[in-house]
Formats: sequence, structure tokens, C-alpha cells
Amino acid sequence: MAKVTVYFENIPYSVDDNLTILEAARACGYNIPSLCTFKNGECSVASCRVCLVKVEGERRLVASCAYPVRDGLKVFINDPQAVIDRRTSVELILSNHHQDCQTCRKNGQCELLEVARRVGAQPDKYKGEKTPVTIDTLAPSIIRDTSKCILCGRCIERCKNIQGIGILGFENRGFKTIVSPVANRSFNNVPCIQCGQCTLVCPTGALMEHSEIAKLDAAFKEGKYVIVQTAPAVRAALGEEFGDAIGTDSTGKMVAALHRLGFYRVFDTNFAADLTITEEASEFVHRVVSRTPGPMLTSCSPGWINYIEYYYPELLPHLSSCKSPHEMMGAIIKSYYAEKHGIDKTKICVVSIMPCVAKKYEKDRPANSVDGIQDVDVVLTTRELAQLIKRSGMMWKKLPEERFDDDLIGATTGAAVIFGVTGGVMEAAVRTAYHILTNKELEPIEFAPVRGFKGIKEASVVIDGSEYRLAVCSGMKNAKVILDSMKAGTCKYDFVEVMGCPGGCVNGGGQPYVNNLFKPNEDDDIMETYIQKRASVLYKADQNKVIRRSHLNPDIIQLYNDYLEAYGSHKAHKLLHTTYNQNREKYPDEK
Amino acid sequence: MVLRKEAVKIIKDICARYKDEPSPLMLILSDTQKEYGYIPLEVQEIISAETGIPVAEIYGVVTFYSFFSLTPKGKYVIGVCVGTACYVKGGQNVLDKFGELLKIKPGQTSEDGLFTLDALRCIGACGIAPAISINGKVYPKVALSAIPGIIAEYRKKALEE
Ligand code: SF4
Ligand code: SF4
Ligand code: SF4
Ligand code: FES
Ligand code: FES
Repeated sequence: MAKVTVYFENIPYSVDDNLTILEAARACGYNIPSLCTFKNGECSVASCRVCLVKVEGERRLVASCAYPVRDGLKVFINDPQAVIDRRTSVELILSNHHQDCQTCRKNGQCELLEVARRVGAQPDKYKGEKTPVTIDTLAPSIIRDTSKCILCGRCIERCKNIQGIGILGFENRGFKTIVSPVANRSFNNVPCIQCGQCTLVCPTGALMEHSEIAKLDAAFKEGKYVIVQTAPAVRAALGEEFGDAIGTDSTGKMVAALHRLGFYRVFDTNFAADLTITEEASEFVHRVVSRTPGPMLTSCSPGWINYIEYYYPELLPHLSSCKSPHEMMGAIIKSYYAEKHGIDKTKICVVSIMPCVAKKYEKDRPANSVDGIQDVDVVLTTRELAQLIKRSGMMWKKLPEERFDDDLIGATTGAAVIFGVTGGVMEAAVRTAYHILTNKELEPIEFAPVRGFKGIKEASVVIDGSEYRLAVCSGMKNAKVILDSMKAGTCKYDFVEVMGCPGGCVNGGGQPYVNNLFKPNEDDDIMETYIQKRASVLYKADQNKVIRRSHLNPDIIQLYNDYLEAYGSHKAHKLLHTTYNQNREKYPDEK
Repeated sequence: MVLRKEAVKIIKDICARYKDEPSPLMLILSDTQKEYGYIPLEVQEIISAETGIPVAEIYGVVTFYSFFSLTPKGKYVIGVCVGTACYVKGGQNVLDKFGELLKIKPGQTSEDGLFTLDALRCIGACGIAPAISINGKVYPKVALSAIPGIIAEYRKKALEE
């Protein structure tokens, strides 16, 4: 890459020639206030005019997020007029913004509020007509509040370019412009997969997860046995909410906090991830033996399930029938665990702490219940857990390291913890499928070709003389490529892992926000590297485990011996497998 | 609402017409508007399936340009200009009068399906403001008192046809 010399405040810097002024400035140590733009100019409109700077030779101030650098360019961020105009831009945005910051859940992580503070904006300098408050709370996973939207278009880009879906768009024109699903419908009445990727990029409180904290409070009040479980990816990111560096393992503190929040038991969803593997690997082996046409598709990501149901229902027979791990965990807690301890299962409230917002929706699917009792009652995101901890007054840095409860379903393996990253399910499944087919163990245990962050990864494994072709993908844009090849009859894989969010659950829609604005001490490129840093927490955890193969988990072995009888048994099917909907209407009539 | 088979075919044919265009959306939408009369969500879904352009993006274009319409247009489309020149000469009053007599708001179609009322920005007839156009025919210097007569004229015309 060629370098050019640019001047900020008359000081020369050498920068890559393919950057915008805004990006170059950041690399040189200047954070120009900006709102609508997102990492690497992933921004559709350049509309906010908050990033104005003076460029020598230009008559007017320029939007630095959309202005490429060139050799000899002289930029003045601190030019008096630029300072004033940036402030005015923010004040204009505030003029029609519904400012109820005190009660807004985004407060503390709101880019608009932070930028307004930095530029010294006066909230009511310009009296504009406020955007009316219309709040969509119909969808179980995400909510939308139009009065907080600043029309930056980031969510549109995220949904269209990363997920390849395009649920959101600009509508109408002029002062009536809104960003919303088609015809201002609810997320519930359009084919939105509820992955929550859009909530990760929204600078304000316009798009957020649908909070279930009130439900949890009610369960405690009713005196239920409130049992909590946490997904692998949560521990890889929770600490970020309390100022820990990205890539810090929060397992011990997280468990300590959950104990102090009053949960009856604190379990690791990893136990059920091991169970998912034994069930899914044996399902795969069964398909191989019965020569069912491939590939088999994994089923642990509810955003992905929504995607295939909405867009490729004809391929549903390829989908594994396994419930996702936290659903399996709920089903086992309310059957095996409850029976062993003589607890009335209707008195149990299972709470899942998840990196995912789609799991909120998933828990309400009728097929994710046993005998009319829902497997999971409450799903909270990593961000909501952080809020609970903050609310409780606990000081994160003073929390000790504690261990998950070891009570019938407490043992976990290294295979399970890597579920949280793209490729992890496949790697874990291969370890166990190898064992089922050969009665031997796969060596070496690490399976490198399915690691890393390419959109689609391919690998093959030879088991007992036969070669199996595998693929791993994350993000629906990549899944689409594989599904299209299946439809065209050109797909050559036997087993495909699909995760709804790009990079897997470590980058789930319910994970902490990552934004340079709020991370002054992280590396400049943190928005490029955070997924890897979180993933490395999980790979390290796998390495440190003594048992790294799901089928060797002692509590899993006991569960089958005592209760489920065998992999894929009748009882296992009743508790651990689910069904799918061939006929999901994309645009149901609005109620 | 489920579209009739023939309707689906019309839309698919239009999409096929422009399949080699680099940016076919405007062309498809304006042909659809012309041949189908309006562009409801169901039609947008077909266009989306044929072109791969998300429905939300299509909807955005349809709602951005006033010559596309989400609901069926009336037999006669009355465009009242409220651009600067016409506004100054009372264009808004003309618009209100039409609305009052036809009992519809701008963007709506009268119950008998005869009239659609649109508010337009400058139709290039500033010299003869306030101006309106009905199915392309421009009426100069429209006085409020003339409006009932204009409506009656088209009602009569519709009966004759
Ligand atoms: S989105 Fe930000 S600025 Fe708006 S009300 Fe919430 S905290 Fe305040
Ligand atoms: S939740 Fe996912 S599918 Fe739905 S609008 Fe947001 S990014 Fe798109
Ligand atoms: S909803 Fe959020 S991300 Fe989307 S345009 Fe509005 S402010 Fe931007
Ligand atoms: S950040 Fe540059 S125009 Fe919004
Ligand atoms: S403003 Fe009405 S024709 Fe120009």
C-alpha cells in the first residue's frame, strides 16, 4: 500500500493512501467527532455532518468521513469554524430527537449523547418538531423506537451487506423520512431473522434487544427455583462492560456475580453443548449409515433457523433436529435434574444468559417445550447481565473467581466451550463422530481448517477410510452461497455448520458494543480484531480443559446411563429434538 | 392479498425485460406503475424475488418518488402544484378545495375510483400559477370558483366513456 503525507494541525504524518480523512486522523491520534459513519466508512449516507473539518484549498468545510486523503493534504480539525459547525450539526440532530436520556437504556453507551457532550452541544438550541414516539415491541428479540433514530443508515448496511437480507430501509422523503422495515411494519411481521446484528451498530437507543429483566425480577418475587445457565461466548466478552480489555476471560467473575445475584444454581450451557454434540454427531452418523442425501446442517443458531425457514423452507429436511444447547439444558433441568432432586418442574424458572438476541424468540417456539412446559423461561443478553450486575452495586474488579455449580449436570469439556466461535461446533462434532464411527479418538485433537474467520471454510476428514467433506460458514450472506448450491444440486459437502452471526456467537447480537469512542485504551483496529480476541478466549479455555471430547464428559455419560439410555433414543428425541416450520409467512397481515 | 396468476406474469415479464441492466429498479418500477397501475407490497415481493433487491429498498424507492403509488390510482389523477410560485398564488387553497370536494387527502383516491389527488412540486408552469394537471393536461391560473366545474366536467366524461 502506498503512503502519502498528510498534515493535521500543520504536523506531518505518513498514512495509507486508501483512507478517508477520518480514518487517517484516528491512525494519527485524532478522534474527529462523527456519528453516522461506522468502521471503515461502512456508512451509506454521510448525512450527519458531524465530522466536518477544514481542508486547505476547499471553500467549505468537508465531511471527513467521505473525503479521501491525498499527498500534501492539510487538515485542520481545530479550526474555529469547524468547531462551531460540528456543534451545530449535533444540535440540529438533537432538535428532533426524543431526549429522555434519564430513562433511555442506551444511556452510558449512546454515541449521540457522548458526541453531543464532546462537542458541547446545547440540547434545545434549535426547536424542532420531535419525531413521534412509535415503539415496536411486538418482536420477542428486538425493539425499535423511531423517536431515537438519527437516520444514519448503519443498520440498513449491516442487515443488507453482512447478513445479505435487507430488512431495513429508508422510507418516504424529507421530514417524513424514517428507517424501518418495509411499510413501517413490526420486525415480527417481516422476514427478519432477529439476529440483532443491527442493534450492534445503532449509535442510539433506536434499535435494542427486547429486555426481559422484568420477567426475571418477577420470577424471583414468585419464589421460583431460578436456575441460570450461561453460553460460552458470554464469558469471552462480559468483562468489556466493566472496562476489561477485549479478550479477557470473565468466567470466574461472571459465576461469582451470578451467585451473588441470588440464582438457585449457576450452570454452564457447555454441559448441554456436549449433549448437543453427542446427539448431533450420532444423528450425522445415522445419516451416513442410512445414506441420506447430504449435507446435514447444524441447528444451534436460532437466527439461522429463522433464515432457512423464511428463505429456503424446501431445504429444511437437511437441518439437524437437535435443539440448541440452552434449550437442551432447559429440558434436562426440568426433567432429569428436577426428578433427581424431587423439585416440581413447574416451580423452576430457567434463565439463559446468551450472546444472542434470537434466543429470546427461540424459547417461545412451541416445539421448544416438553409436555406443554417451555424449556427456557427467560433469555437475557450479555449486555442485560452486565446491567443486572451494575444495578446490584457489585464492583466487578472486587469480585472473586468462582466455579460453576457441580450438581449432576456440571461437568463440561473443551469441545463445548468452542461452540461460541465459528467452526467450533464442527470441530467438536468431528471429535465425537470420529469416536462413534471408529471407537478410537481423533489425533491431533485440534482441527485447524475449520478455525479462523473466513466467511466460508472448507475441510475434509478421513474416518475409517471414507472421506467426509465439511464446510463452516457464518453470517447469512455466506450461508446463502451454500444454500444456493444445494438448490442447484452442486453442493459437495456432507456436513455444514452454520452460525447466524458473522464470526459466530462471540459476535452475537446480544454481545457488548465495540466502538472506539468508548474504548480509548484499546488498539486502533479494535473494531477489526475484537472477534478474534474474543474467540481466542474460548480456544484457550478448550486447551486448558483436561477432557476435550464431549462423549467423555462424565456427567453426560451418567445422564445417558441413568436416564436417556442411548444417543438418539426415544427419550432423547422427546427432550432434546425439535421440529421446524415449513410454512412461515414472510409478510403476515398486520394485527 | 394474493395476486392473480396473470398479474404475477406481468410483473415477471417486466423484470425479465431489464435483467441485463446494471441498475434496473427504476425501469422496472416505472413499467410496473404504467402496466399494473400501482405497486403494492405483494408486487414488490415478486420484484425482490426476481432481482434480489431487498423489499425494504424497493419500498424506499416507491415511497420516495411521488409518481409511484402503493394504492390503485383513480381514473383521473389530479396533480395540484404547491411549488413556490403556485404556493404564493394560492396553490395550497386549490389543493384544499379539491380535497374538500372529493373528500380525500393528497395521495388518496376517491371512493368511486375516479379521482386521485396528488400534491406536486413545481410542474414547470410557474408563469401561469397556480397550476394543476389532470392526466397530463395542464390547467392555468385555477380559481377556487372554477374547481367544482372542473370536477363535474370529468364526472361527465367518465359517464360518457
Ligand atoms: S438515544 Fe442517546 S441521546 Fe437519545 S435519549 Fe437515549 S441516551 Fe439520550
Ligand atoms: S435483526 Fe438481523 S435480520 Fe433483523 S433487521 Fe436486524 S440485522 Fe436484519
Ligand atoms: S435505527 Fe439506529 S442504526 Fe438505524 S438508522 Fe436509526 S439510528 Fe441509525
Ligand atoms: S460521520 Fe461524516 S457525515 Fe456523518
Ligand atoms: S411552482 Fe407551480 S408550476 Fe412552478
